[in-house]
Amino acid sequence: MSLPEYRKDPEGTHPPLGFPGYRSTALRHPKQPLVLLPQMLTEVTGPLLGPGRLGEHDNDLTRQHAGEPQGQRIVVHGRLLDGDGRPVRNSLVEIWQANAGGRYKHTGDRWPSPLDPNFDGVGRTLTDDNGHYEFTTIKPGAYPWKNHDNAWRPAHIHFSVFGTSFTQRLVTQMYFPEDPLFGQDPIFNSIPDEKARMRMVSRFDLERTQPEWALAYEFDIVLRGRNASVFEDVEDEEDDE
Amino acid sequence: MSTPSQTVGPYLSIGLPWDDGPEVVPDGTPGAVVLRGVVYDGNGDPVPDALVETWQADADGRFDHPDDPRGRVAGFRGFGRCPTDERGRWSIRTVVPGPVPGRDGRTQAPHIDVSVLGRGLLHRVVTRIYFPEHAEANAADEVLNSVPEDRRGTLIAVREGDGYRFDVRLQGEGETVFFEV
Repeated sequence: MSLPEYRKDPEGTHPPLGFPGYRSTALRHPKQPLVLLPQMLTEVTGPLLGPGRLGEHDNDLTRQHAGEPQGQRIVVHGRLLDGDGRPVRNSLVEIWQANAGGRYKHTGDRWPSPLDPNFDGVGRTLTDDNGHYEFTTIKPGAYPWKNHDNAWRPAHIHFSVFGTSFTQRLVTQMYFPEDPLFGQDPIFNSIPDEKARMRMVSRFDLERTQPEWALAYEFDIVLRGRNASVFEDVEDEEDDE
Repeated sequence: MSTPSQTVGPYLSIGLPWDDGPEVVPDGTPGAVVLRGVVYDGNGDPVPDALVETWQADADGRFDHPDDPRGRVAGFRGFGRCPTDERGRWSIRTVVPGPVPGRDGRTQAPHIDVSVLGRGLLHRVVTRIYFPEHAEANAADEVLNSVPEDRRGTLIAVREGDGYRFDVRLQGEGETVFFEV
């Protein structure tokens, strides 16, 4: 039985589960070593979630209410790719975020910045045949949290993507360029490898700004790449002869 | 060149749950069972802001996926997702999967792959659920056998009521076995 196999990400790409700077990891990170799970059929397959998951205006967070939300309108776009640059097509992308004042529409958020009655902060879309996705939304605000002295989260949008296999499942956060709050944020800085960390920072995209309407940011999301299968290796060898 | 993982944070319930997320199969499906449990932290306290996601084969051990080499069987979502409630509880309605092909011509015991995401988890943790009635298949399962014997029990659901209980202990006494995928 020939199955695809997904390459491990290099050391330093993902955060450690225990990270003292982010206090909530203290009681929630496993202390026993992880056991290696071979990539078998359950791991190399995964949910394929299609148009049935989408509602009207799910990709435009500024049109989900009768009125306009407060704040700076932005277009966030990019591609969902695997580690070899191949587009991940027709794949569900989910986002959620705070409003322009840094407040989440959630009963647990007690930060005294006003709720925006015209902003829910939740979006969904599917990637197209080139792996491209696009949302229209509001630039989220920074907000304080109680993790450490004078702690503020940099502005960010939460992203959830599935890829095509259980091994590719990823939840991440998109940040905005040159945020002055990066240096004091343990969640951003939990990524050991600096180049990997910077892959969470979007790029201001002047070309995609919409005159008199919206600024634009580009954010590509890259999932684990596939190893060539044994079958393909045999073909390659034959080609060499 | 992968994008790093980040925590879902405390407000995952804004963006991730679906009304039908816990229904891997519709109510009334023959053989449907409820799989439920509690997510606990290292103090033994329930975790009220986590999300449990499941991925599994259907009752015949088949996947609705183009990479299933036996051919794709359309129509079984196979995916469940449920946020934990204020008491750390989650549940999904599903069917017990059939046995799934493993490596070297062997067969894997019926199992469900699980991701747990939550505040305080910078990366998801992954585990597997096995079922108590498959004692013989479990004893021969390659993955279960790769786990230290005294911890294997954390991967086996407990028969209860109309289904099974599978608690997740993120840390400490009886810590669930988590996998690197």
